[in-house]
Amino acid sequence: MGRITLEGVTKSFDDTKVIHGADLEIEDGKFVVFVGPSGCGKTTLLRLIAGLEDVSGGRILIDGNDVTRLAPAKRGLSMVFQSYALYPHMSVRRNIAFGLKMARMPKDEIERRVAHAAGILNLTDYLERRPGQLSGGQRQRVAIGRAIVREPKGFLFDEPLSNLDAALRVQMRLEVTRLQKQLKTTAVYVTHDQVEAMTMADEIVVLRAGRIEQVGTPLELYQRPANVFVAGFIGSPRMNLFEGPVATRNGTTTLGVRPEHLRVQPGDAVAPDGGEAWGGTVIQAEHLGSDTFVYVDVPGIGTLDARSTGELRVQVGDTVTLLPDMHQLHRFDAQQLAMA
Amino acid sequence: MATQQTQKLARILIAPSIILLLLWMIVPLAMTAWFSALNYNLLNPVKTFAGLGNYRYFLSNPAFLSSLLNTLVLVGAVLAITAFFGVLIALLLDQVIVGRRVVRLMLIAPFFVMPTVSALIWKNLLMNPVSGLLAWLWRLFGQTPVDWFTQVPMLSIILIVAWQWLPFAVLILLTALQSLDQEQQEAALMDGAGAFDRFFHLTLPHLARPLSIVILIETIFLLTVFAEIYVTTGGGPGVQTTNLAYLIYSQALLQYDVGAASAGGLIAVVLANIAAIFLMRIVGKNLET
Repeated sequence: MGRITLEGVTKSFDDTKVIHGADLEIEDGKFVVFVGPSGCGKTTLLRLIAGLEDVSGGRILIDGNDVTRLAPAKRGLSMVFQSYALYPHMSVRRNIAFGLKMARMPKDEIERRVAHAAGILNLTDYLERRPGQLSGGQRQRVAIGRAIVREPKGFLFDEPLSNLDAALRVQMRLEVTRLQKQLKTTAVYVTHDQVEAMTMADEIVVLRAGRIEQVGTPLELYQRPANVFVAGFIGSPRMNLFEGPVATRNGTTTLGVRPEHLRVQPGDAVAPDGGEAWGGTVIQAEHLGSDTFVYVDVPGIGTLDARSTGELRVQVGDTVTLLPDMHQLHRFDAQQLAMA
Repeated sequence: MATQQTQKLARILIAPSIILLLLWMIVPLAMTAWFSALNYNLLNPVKTFAGLGNYRYFLSNPAFLSSLLNTLVLVGAVLAITAFFGVLIALLLDQVIVGRRVVRLMLIAPFFVMPTVSALIWKNLLMNPVSGLLAWLWRLFGQTPVDWFTQVPMLSIILIVAWQWLPFAVLILLTALQSLDQEQQEAALMDGAGAFDRFFHLTLPHLARPLSIVILIETIFLLTVFAEIYVTTGGGPGVQTTNLAYLIYSQALLQYDVGAASAGGLIAVVLANIAAIFLMRIVGKNLET
């Protein structure tokens, strides 16, 4: 079991409040990703759950037990650090076994668990090596091995893939997700990379400036962002967000439309019944092969990004018309909150 | 070096300094070797060839063995004290305390005091059996003051030298402690390691390399401790605080026997090299990788 509950958790460093009352329920076995821009407090929140920082207010519960004042090791969680934090002078075997040794576990049980973890993570051939002799991906796996042998109630990941190169990151992303599904252990994962968040998470928690902005499955966040910040943060390329007469005409303060919901039509076009048509000039066209992203300067709105098929032939300076899918418009009120 | 041209040029350009350095080393060594083969006394203008006589004389001198032992005791004890307390003090200084900078500066100060000066301070202000601070302290508790340089001469010398070298150890170990990865400590915390486990499994292995450097460098300098002995005990009482360096000095400038002193000097060089080989074997392992 590993059900983590935050009740009004706050954290201040000296006079600066960095977490403003976080309430969150993490279900057992879920893969939850904290995502947000740098400095939003996601790592701090993770460290509060781990017990590496003391909370300033509120409670943290694991399986219904108050662990707010409990030492990190007593919470039954294990953590994978951004720098891996392997013990440099110990072999891989001793690195993985260290936590078990500290728990005074019998030798043969340690042996069994280390062998099992090494088997899962393809580390069996490297058990006698030192961390310094391993590649980045292998070190990463040792760090994960150290976390799983303790059979914790939950894993905490602090941007574990940010030090890997792009190809390895994609591979490790799959491995971590697969491992978590296999072990069915609750995982809390911190990242600033929204692709990681979208691909790995059962549930995403979006944070900004120490506040939880929205909690939901990746598709929920993508399709129904609760406010302008989440709308702009989730999705790549970003959602087009604009204010002005066109937004007012549609009964909102801020109007949002994702690039894939804008149809690009060369030349002038007339708005269909009950629809909109925005004419403008192409200022940039990115031909990626599979897709073409067209940046169009529309008078009265600003620059809009539209996603089109790779076959579209437009050039800078061309006049085009953007036809938005009226069912896919996101409307936000003056408080920047989504309108029903 | 990329091309043969630059290699050649580099060799020519560094040659003068290397030749100078070589002369600087070779000439005194050669002269010492030459003197060691002569019956050469400053009171006797006649120099005659002695062969290995000086070596036989120096090695059979009963003071030689005891001076060798004294050297080992002095080096060993100072190393033990500076390593042990060095780690302890460095750990304390690594904590966040108020006025850390001032404390650190004060702790490092002894290293900048000249050996002669610090020995004089210890002799006249601290360890003097009548007017010294320690004597006052002893009387405060109703005890008879210790006459340091008469009753425990070797211990006194060890204390003085250790006091001088402790800051060096602290400085190097503190720097190493500050480069200790914080996330490793936190990982150990998550793994359930207590303060002692973290010290023995993480901090101490991390300090292995700086400790080796401390031991290596201190050994080089401690083998030739002289000023502290000269100023305080003058090698006595008897030969209780005479180390190899002091014995050679007394041979040359108290007994005017330059020949025997030169022989002693060369013996000291050989012994120091043997010690260096052993040290590099034991300690050098930590310096690899």
